[in-house]
Amino acid sequence: MSERVPVLQIGQVLLVSIQTDLDDQAVMLLQDDLAARVVNTGAHGVVIDITAVEIVDSFVGRMLATIASISRLLDARTVVVGMRPAVAITLVELGLSLGGVRTALTLEKGLQVLNREISSTPPAAS
Amino acid sequence: MAGGSTTERLVRLLSVSGEDLASGWVAEVSSSLGGRVSRVEVERELRELYTSLLAALEQGSLDAHAEGFSEVRALLSELSRTRARQGFTPTETAVSVFALKAVLEPVLAGDSTSGDIEAYLALSRLLDALGLFTVEAYTRSREELISAQSEQLLELSTPVVKLWDGVIGVPLVGTLDSARTMVVMEKMLQALIDTGSEQAIIDITGVPAVDTQVAQHLLKTVVAARLMGAECTISGIRPPIAQTIVALGIDFGDIATKATLADALRHALKRSGVSLSATATATATGTGKGR
Repeated sequence: MSERVPVLQIGQVLLVSIQTDLDDQAVMLLQDDLAARVVNTGAHGVVIDITAVEIVDSFVGRMLATIASISRLLDARTVVVGMRPAVAITLVELGLSLGGVRTALTLEKGLQVLNREISSTPPAAS
Repeated sequence: MAGGSTTERLVRLLSVSGEDLASGWVAEVSSSLGGRVSRVEVERELRELYTSLLAALEQGSLDAHAEGFSEVRALLSELSRTRARQGFTPTETAVSVFALKAVLEPVLAGDSTSGDIEAYLALSRLLDALGLFTVEAYTRSREELISAQSEQLLELSTPVVKLWDGVIGVPLVGTLDSARTMVVMEKMLQALIDTGSEQAIIDITGVPAVDTQVAQHLLKTVVAARLMGAECTISGIRPPIAQTIVALGIDFGDIATKATLADALRHALKRSGVSLSATATATATGTGKGR
């Protein structure tokens, strides 16, 4: 049984902080959990914090893109924060540019981005 | 034993008229070096070499790679390294060894028995081997020098500077290849984290030519910065470079490009919400896509 990654709620935003290197099973669990939580809480934003992640492969790269797509369908924006230089270089070398995913340097800046986007589109966010 | 008698003969020859031979050697070598090394220096080096060569011959061996010649080899390595650093050619380095042959010739020509000729030929072979060793040592130290310099160049030529709070600049000078781009990329991304910057400006004023490969490297760097949540602007595109880029059909997509570093800085400041009092056009929303 793999560890579950906790999904925390802060106001209208869900925070996922990945603390270990994920295996495939954990990634699938996280996708299920997150989709359910977005629907249950009606969150408008998802922040994925990967500060602690040191190694990525193409599967984890795709996971980030998939989570972003799922969240967008459910009317929540995704921001990936705290990516390390080595991780960014690996993803570029793998040819994954995470087109539809917003990124930010730190958790704080990621939350600012989300708040700005949510508040800039209040009529559509009902 | 023939080998033993040959070395004995050589030792006798070299030690009897040792003073004359050594000073003849020094004169020969310092004239060939054209005064770029002081005579005192040459004299010190060669006397040392002469003494250790004699000592090695006294042990009865004529093989340049034998145990007895380790001190001679060490001295020659040292000599080659100094010559390589001072910018002498391989010939000028090896001549230090070969000159000893020329000095010995007149001594043997005077009263030569067949034994002396045999001894001279043996010594000649030994000196050839030592000369080759010198050239090898010379080449080795040259290569070390070159690789050390290219490493230094790599480090020197890729500074990352802070232009403003939240804005860093990377002025690129010289040709971009894969190895350099990796260094630039790593340094820039690390600097983004260290300074907490969300804007980076890559200035390519000093890059002599942009081909598809260089463009590819630039794009990779920009995408990597984006993944970390920072925006890149490419500046310093000179007119000929702009023409080349268009002619090659390279697409920079939605990456902001500016002609000068000043324009890029203004653009970056605008995006990070800094307002300049002179223009008063910047707004805090930062949603605009530049000009």
